[in-house]
Amino acid sequence: MNELIIEAKVENLDQVLAFVDERLESLDCPMKTRMQIDVAVEELFVNIASYAYAPGTGDAAIRVETKQDPLSVSITFIDSGVPYNPLKKPDPDVTLSAEERKIGGLGIFMVKKSMDGMEYRHEGGKNILTIRKNL
Amino acid sequence: MLNINKTQAGTTLTVALEGRLDTTTAPQLEGELRAAVKGIEELAFDLSQLDYISSAGLRVLLSAQKVMNRQGKMVIRNTKPEIMEIFDVTGFTDILNIE
Repeated sequence: MNELIIEAKVENLDQVLAFVDERLESLDCPMKTRMQIDVAVEELFVNIASYAYAPGTGDAAIRVETKQDPLSVSITFIDSGVPYNPLKKPDPDVTLSAEERKIGGLGIFMVKKSMDGMEYRHEGGKNILTIRKNL
Repeated sequence: MLNINKTQAGTTLTVALEGRLDTTTAPQLEGELRAAVKGIEELAFDLSQLDYISSAGLRVLLSAQKVMNRQGKMVIRNTKPEIMEIFDVTGFTDILNIE
């Protein structure tokens, strides 16, 4: 089973990470790559949990696939919440001083920087976001 | 899972973090720091056992840095390469005082 359907709430983050990590383990994924993937999964799942269905709740589906040539892992997040394309979010200014820094926007930026591909589409009332990392 | 070990010597507080600083554990650190930094002039984080940090963890470090800018200084020590890379990408290497 390479798809997990789970209520999109922050309390379920550990379960989502466990699901993804279990699949990465069989791929002999280096520590650094695994951490980057974990960070991406955390940022994206927490976003869905915080905003997609607010103030209500709903489900998120997380699908993990591997591809050959080059060996890569793709993780797709699907929710039926409000349409939201994180790729359109402007990048934070990472050159500002501590005092000038805003607290938000870093999560998606970290995902963009560490993944090798990121695609978003809105289809059939669902947000479908896929990240890809070459191994 | 995050273990927080605090050692205080006078107005210097060392906080050793072990495990993961993420969405789940960041509020725990934030809560502990809020009370612990009162009257502290030097706040040192020992990250030798910290394996993971996400944006929720970065936010706590940024708020701590802002507090310490007003009352003293903050240093980060023994950062693992994987964590250092996240500091680099997010520009935190310029904001934080990393030894």
